[in-house]
Amino acid sequence: MDLTILLTKAIIILVIFGITLLIATYSTYAERKVAAFLQDRLGPNRAGPFGLLQPIADAGKMFFKEDFIPAQANKWLFILGPCLAMLTALMASAVIPFGDSIRFGQYEIPVQGIEINIGMLYIFGVVSLGVYGVMVGGWASNNKFSLLGAIRAASQNISYEVALGMSIIAVLMMTGSLSLRAIVEQQATTGFFGWNVFTQPVGFIIFLVCAFAECNRTPFDLPECETELIGGYHTEYSSMKLGFYLFAEYINMFVSSAVISSLYFGGYHFPFAAQAHDALVNALGANTGHNVATALGTVVFFSKIFFFIFFFMWVRWTVPRFRYDQLMNLGWKSLIPLAMLNVVITGAGLLFNFNYATWIVVIVAVLMIVVSSARAPKGAVAVQRT
Amino acid sequence: MQLTNRSKQVSNKEMTLAEKMYLPAILQGLGITISHFFKKKPTIQYPEVKRYLGPIFRGHHVLKRDEQGRERCTACGLCAVACPAEAISMVAAERVKGEEGLYREEKYAAVYEINMLRCIFCGLCEEACPKQAVYLRHDRIVPVFTERDNIVYGKDKLVEKMDDRYVRNNPSVQATPTEPSLSRSVG
Repeated sequence: MDLTILLTKAIIILVIFGITLLIATYSTYAERKVAAFLQDRLGPNRAGPFGLLQPIADAGKMFFKEDFIPAQANKWLFILGPCLAMLTALMASAVIPFGDSIRFGQYEIPVQGIEINIGMLYIFGVVSLGVYGVMVGGWASNNKFSLLGAIRAASQNISYEVALGMSIIAVLMMTGSLSLRAIVEQQATTGFFGWNVFTQPVGFIIFLVCAFAECNRTPFDLPECETELIGGYHTEYSSMKLGFYLFAEYINMFVSSAVISSLYFGGYHFPFAAQAHDALVNALGANTGHNVATALGTVVFFSKIFFFIFFFMWVRWTVPRFRYDQLMNLGWKSLIPLAMLNVVITGAGLLFNFNYATWIVVIVAVLMIVVSSARAPKGAVAVQRT
Repeated sequence: MQLTNRSKQVSNKEMTLAEKMYLPAILQGLGITISHFFKKKPTIQYPEVKRYLGPIFRGHHVLKRDEQGRERCTACGLCAVACPAEAISMVAAERVKGEEGLYREEKYAAVYEINMLRCIFCGLCEEACPKQAVYLRHDRIVPVFTERDNIVYGKDKLVEKMDDRYVRNNPSVQATPTEPSLSRSVG
């Protein structure tokens, strides 16, 4: 029995590992394709049909490049940097529930790496470790641009982790559990309009913005901004070490998309999921029907993930990079107070059993926007100070 | 001086709350970019699809033959003189008895070479030619070379093949104001 559990877990973990890597690989292709389409171009289309072999060609190129370690660099830390980035990126997907469960004889296997009751906390821990990869790599390069990039990355990640944690507290208050599966199940019981994106719109926006910052994606890609820092923390890196850093970014993107989908968009739940499950069980028998329903849920979950990956890319090619002071102002002066307000209002709402309390914040914000734009001087242009 | 009507007076006025929140502007921007996502792409897939470059494009050189298939060139050297890049060189020879079907005049170019590395495709040779012998094709470009030895084009590559006669598909259009029309017969 123990061996069976071990084996099934090993298989599930390997499958999740493989899927994560595959999606990260094809995210690089999708990134280029989406970027091209948003800019009225066609993107890679020479390697294989529709350029589908492009990521493999890119990886091949990376492997054949010279693996260079600068003479003045701290050799072991220089190697450790990309390893850490990759390791932490891959660890996070262990607790994400990708589907309900597979019934096999008398066994019921959840489609998840490990079900632990502190899932969200685990993800936070692993994501915070992720900054070490960037930090160590940037420091070990012994290059001022790398170090500046690493410092930026560290301060940015630490700043936005605070708001990230605060925004999630409201969700945890409503669910009463840190387990991602419990959060998804809770959204499944309350139906479509019980999804946390409808009960926690402010928290969702804060979480989304912070997720962009945590992944070092545009508009928060200051650690690697080419115009100021050459390549940021990976300036000195070449070959597959650079590949690992870039790869880790895409894995992080996949993981944050998965976390956003399960926290706010009902995970593997979809409208009329219970009815579909019952219908399938009636039609195909208890085990097969249940498994098919699980597969359906997994497909829905992955389509949600893919939408968010697309959204990450969409935003990347829309919004320009923030300035450093703007980044810090947004993080500390806007998002953290807003997240605290969100927690307080959610708490007050829970006291009166009203789940949609945070819409008050949205309504007030919209009213303030309308009033302020109505009062703004129209067409008036201030004289330039010289 | 105003170059376009798109210039905007720069303003450093106080931002309104909506502008400070970024979100409305970001949503607007997302709308603009996604509309481009679905637009038709103007890309032409070059090696597979080739664009028509117009009737006066100056491409591959051709040494014309006349209606009876005789070479028009008399090796007068005016093209070589006109050539600003000094890409053209030739060796003249006298036509002997029995070659009347090959060469139009008593003198002809035994060797006619254009160095494609030097050529700037200005079309001055075409303009200078008194016999309408040299033309720059509008429908063919000089291919990319991989061997340095192959870049000086001799008569084998330049003289018009009888099964591949060159005609401007719009003879009324002239490459240069003084260019004689291809359709006009030369006396």
